Amino acid sequence: MCTTCGCGAGEVRIEGHAPAEAAVPAPEDGAHGVDGRTSDAREAAPRHHAPPSRRHDTARHDHGVGDPHEGAEPVRSHAHGLSRSRMVEIETAILAKNDRYAAANRQRFAERGILALNLVSSPGSGKTTLLVRTIERLADRRPPVPLGVIEGDQETARDADRIRATGVPALQVNTGKGCHLDAHMIGHALDHLQPADHGILFIENVGNLVCPAAFDLGEAAKVAILSVTEGEDKPLKYPDMFAAAEIVLLNKIDLAPHCDVDLALFEENVGRINPAARVMMLSARTGEGMDGWIDWLMTRRDELLRERLARLDAERAKILAALGEG
Amino acid sequence: MHEMSLCEGILQIVEEAARREGFSRVKRIRLEVGRLAGVEIGALEFAFDVVMRGSVADGATLEIIELPGRALCFSCGETVEVADRLDPCPACGGARLAPSGGDEMRIRDLEVI
Repeated sequence: MCTTCGCGAGEVRIEGHAPAEAAVPAPEDGAHGVDGRTSDAREAAPRHHAPPSRRHDTARHDHGVGDPHEGAEPVRSHAHGLSRSRMVEIETAILAKNDRYAAANRQRFAERGILALNLVSSPGSGKTTLLVRTIERLADRRPPVPLGVIEGDQETARDADRIRATGVPALQVNTGKGCHLDAHMIGHALDHLQPADHGILFIENVGNLVCPAAFDLGEAAKVAILSVTEGEDKPLKYPDMFAAAEIVLLNKIDLAPHCDVDLALFEENVGRINPAARVMMLSARTGEGMDGWIDWLMTRRDELLRERLARLDAERAKILAALGEG
Repeated sequence: MHEMSLCEGILQIVEEAARREGFSRVKRIRLEVGRLAGVEIGALEFAFDVVMRGSVADGATLEIIELPGRALCFSCGETVEVADRLDPCPACGGARLAPSGGDEMRIRDLEVI
């Protein structure tokens, strides 16, 4: 399987279709073209998901981002005594390609004022129910908050169906044998979903507390969700994920009296792994604690929009000055 | 973590370098892996042999340079070296540490023919 697009195995499906059937992205999107080479991206698209050869032929495997090492230090070679072997300097992060796709997604979110959140958890922590309840609460807000959801699961479109039942646009990505979403899948998903500007995009990652930690999707923050039935020591057992999260939601607190859990210990253990993380306790089922979470979401979305506005104002001032009308 | 797909990532980078640099065989690959990168070295070595089979790096030696983990201690404010995310601060014994380095996963260089 290809680290960054999973397409080597040909098993990634977006809404049940292989990404090859993706609509050609509108040129203004920049599609996956990090450097604005949109036409390249579009030309590359059909070849990209051609049936995989046994070995990954990276020449055909152009995702339209250009060479991930473009602009990198050219390799230096030096002779090694009489042997014909030589050293080639690489200095490239193994996940560099994913990181470039993530940067492209991040730029896309920034240009459209979209707060993208990567929701990570174990299977069964209540992510989808939490999302449905969150959507229901945000639905009444005026002015309305545009919402979108990308659902990642190994198989089935059940989660996306649950979200769509709320009226919010959702897209299902099935990772096949893959254990996580990566930034390239998200790029494809964005082409399909076209989330509305100035809203919130929830990306529900595959239920897995290990691998998704390493794959930046271009999100503003990772939100880790943990349920009280999973045990207070879970943050210690899966530290990478909790270290990467900006906020940890402890869900199902309505069950706490029934399962002898120490809620303070949950919080303490998160603090041991990630002292900067914010911990919120809530129950998606009863609604307890949901207000704090909704406030956090709206605060983050508004901050992002204000930053965007400040940038636009600055640009406007520059343009007026250039026109001599400042 | 997904060591198999990390190896696929390594192979991609190596094959791109092979085309660019015009070499046909890789004798040795040197990686830099941080102590806090979440990479299981044993699993990586196992996956490496399997993934490199039939490629320019078939039979290549994998050399791993481990980089130390670093963390900022919220109790004493020092940046300290740690081997594990759960280690207490070696300076003050504090338990609240935020990792600040050691999550690298990088190919340093290749010995090629």
